[in-house]
Amino acid sequence: MKTVRARALTSTATAALLLAVTGCSTMGGESASEPSSPSTSADGEPTGKVVLVTHSSFSLPKGLVRDFESETGLDLETRSAGDGGTLTAKLSLTKDDPTGDVAFGVDNTFASRPLDEGVFASYAAELPDGAEQYALEGEDRLTPVDVGHVCVNVDTTWFEREGIEPPQTLDDLAAPTYEGLFVTSGASTSSPGMAFLLSTIAEYGEDGWQDYWADLLANGAKVVDGWEDAYYGDFTQGGGGGERPIVLSYDSSPAFTVKGGRSTTAALLDTCFRQVEYAGVLEGAANPAGAEAVVDWLLSDEVQAALPTSMYVFPVSDAVEVPEDWARHAEQPADPYEVDPGEIAANREQWLTEWTDVISR
Amino acid sequence: MRRLVALAALALGPVLLLGVFFVLPVSGMVSRGFWVDGRLDVGGVLDVLTRPRVLRVAWFTVWSSTVATVVAVLLGMPAAHALHRLALPGRRVVRAALLVPFVLPTVVVGVAFRQLLGESGPLGFLGLDGTPVAIVAGLVFFNVAVVIRAVGAAWESLDPRPGEAAAALGAAPWQVFLTVTLPALRPAIVSAASVVFLFCATAFGVVLTLGGVRHATVETEIYLLTTTLFDLRAAAALSLVQLVVVVVLLVVAARLRATPDASTARTAPRPRRPRRRDVPVLLATTLLLGLVALPIVTLVAGSLHVDGAWSLENYRRLTTPGEDQALLVPVTTALVTSLRTAVDATWMALLMGLAVALLVTRRSRTRAERRVRGALDLFFMLPLGVSAVTIGFGFLISLDRPPLDLRDSPMLVPIAQALVALPLVVRTIAPVLGGIDDKQRQAAASLGASPWRASLTVDLPVVWKPLLAASGFAFAASLGEFGATAFLARDERPTVPVVIFRLLGHPGEHNYGMALAASVVLAVATAVVVLAVERLRVPSLGAV
Repeated sequence: MKTVRARALTSTATAALLLAVTGCSTMGGESASEPSSPSTSADGEPTGKVVLVTHSSFSLPKGLVRDFESETGLDLETRSAGDGGTLTAKLSLTKDDPTGDVAFGVDNTFASRPLDEGVFASYAAELPDGAEQYALEGEDRLTPVDVGHVCVNVDTTWFEREGIEPPQTLDDLAAPTYEGLFVTSGASTSSPGMAFLLSTIAEYGEDGWQDYWADLLANGAKVVDGWEDAYYGDFTQGGGGGERPIVLSYDSSPAFTVKGGRSTTAALLDTCFRQVEYAGVLEGAANPAGAEAVVDWLLSDEVQAALPTSMYVFPVSDAVEVPEDWARHAEQPADPYEVDPGEIAANREQWLTEWTDVISR
Repeated sequence: MRRLVALAALALGPVLLLGVFFVLPVSGMVSRGFWVDGRLDVGGVLDVLTRPRVLRVAWFTVWSSTVATVVAVLLGMPAAHALHRLALPGRRVVRAALLVPFVLPTVVVGVAFRQLLGESGPLGFLGLDGTPVAIVAGLVFFNVAVVIRAVGAAWESLDPRPGEAAAALGAAPWQVFLTVTLPALRPAIVSAASVVFLFCATAFGVVLTLGGVRHATVETEIYLLTTTLFDLRAAAALSLVQLVVVVVLLVVAARLRATPDASTARTAPRPRRPRRRDVPVLLATTLLLGLVALPIVTLVAGSLHVDGAWSLENYRRLTTPGEDQALLVPVTTALVTSLRTAVDATWMALLMGLAVALLVTRRSRTRAERRVRGALDLFFMLPLGVSAVTIGFGFLISLDRPPLDLRDSPMLVPIAQALVALPLVVRTIAPVLGGIDDKQRQAAASLGASPWRASLTVDLPVVWKPLLAASGFAFAASLGEFGATAFLARDERPTVPVVIFRLLGHPGEHNYGMALAASVVLAVATAVVVLAVERLRVPSLGAV
């Protein structure tokens, strides 16, 4: 009996040892991150570790990050989680003890709240040509980095095949010709969905958009959870076997459906809402000099040129060229819908409540 | 006195861990809602609870979770019997495969479900897309494995002799089941049902993807209130509602679960060959397996399709960072990270789970002792019942100062996953441990065995199988965990679900195909590891 028990123990111990030795564990071989020692070197250049807090869509080529680190001597650490809303909530919650030095990814629909809460510190970055138009008026705490538009997209091949003219405007979406063809993501559950709601508010006014939505739903529009569900699950060009040829997406989306030199989709440029993403130095940052260097870097030609392929958004700078597919297939709207950030912050809850009521009817 | 000291010593580790990683964050977040401008405002929080929307959301959560739990138990019972008591060919593989839904990202499953139920899908004529029925079906799909595994493990170690005696005395099979088997299994069934209920009540992605935006639950509402509206007061109110509902449920479950008599056999009976009267059970099991397999088959088929033709291209791409560098690391690297993290989460959950299970199942001598054990039992189930959003944000605001400056620690991910897996482990092991006749331990003690030796000789052989079942659970739960992981994982080391989510977030047909392929790889990896783990056995038990 004793030997059996002993053997059982031995085998368990062996298994544990094996796991440890073969490195089937996150432990060991793990260099604990050094405590940040923000400092400024003798010549006034920032050094040390700098932490960038952002959302999960943030992505830049590794080479760019390496170049930045070797040029500045900074050690850039990125912490990304959740969407723009999660990021904004996180920044507001931790404003007394920020989780990093600089933040990127707060957009114009969320900007007002963290500014009111005093999350960001002043930093007047030198804006590249063309970026000024995206800056928040009289506000030096947030610096515009990229711009994208949420637009209704259509499957042009579907409309050709059916011999129907594709829709052009928001009004068209509620017209009988397009009954049952449109799918959008919800305003309460997705950021493009919120942007689309804002488009309709900008078009039909504070008291008119509710009726428009009622018409839209009566016309068979489908409201799903997220952009992924709408695009992959319901859109005819999403690859998921969807049935609907009109979907809410971005102005850049047609650049990703190119087949044989021609895009199978198009963005309706009269339905777009402008989303600008900002970067800002965090109040109470451990390494403010490093944080400012990161903001400058995000505005540099290298990063601005990498934005389309890395993050699917347009640069704010005029100085850089967008990739060929983008230049040919992704057109930016000339006159998109806009709603003042302060107004969005003041009414968001009210609008979402009313919207939920309309779609739950 | 010594008993109480021993009790405290055993409880210390798990209680401390839960205190730091659960109580502190949750209370931190909830108190943010209560304190407005430095003033305690209880009335404001209570006001939130009278909003009609809040009541509607709470009611929908309770009823949809209840229905899903009942359905999962009814469908899971025949399968638990067939897969754990009958000598069916390939049952090990099927058992491992049943854990697959556990690790599949909800978005991917959601799309697969909607391809079936959607307007053009093969089941589209049912008109279920976006209805509560679809939500319940999704919840059952994800959770039925909990019932099969937990009840199956208990069924396997059930002493068959009382049933055989009843049959010998002339009881019909259904009478044996109702009067002997079912009462003996009750603790395990109630255990499994309470875990399933908690999973359902805090489900997030399934509800959103399958239910559309019309059907909000408490969990989705807390997310909306916290991240989009930043209404911390309302979020705190809903978190409290969640806590209260969960505690009430657990107290009721504990009553129902009270172990009747010792029912665990020292040596598990060999599974027997299926007989003719097993046909209904086998039919029910086949039906269930078919229902679970349907979305998975759709998913696998989708992953093998590129530009309208069959291809392995999506799988080949998994070693690349995706179209236009959509990923920081290839899926293959993420898989290694996932597996390593899951190993850590699993041993943590097992270690804690075993301690807790021992703690809560030992027979109490006094009423006070029983109360303490009962309270501890309940305490360790709570993490399942509270919103991941609340806990995630809570980490940020409460673990930011020494000595608990942990919010950037890489160990947070496995710890968070272990906390999610802990109740699964406890609820799988505890019913079996509770069924062991205490006289056996007393006999061992009277023969001079130390408490350690007594545990090793009496408890270990019996608890070995449920322990393996629990480790498979913990492993799968960790591999599939998304909510907390996405919040806490370091960028340079994402897990597979995080990578899949990233792929899905970008347009591009290849990214979608890769996401499907990555889900399949994750599923296969899970099944293989679980299968391997279950082959480990205590030598003295011999082969089963």
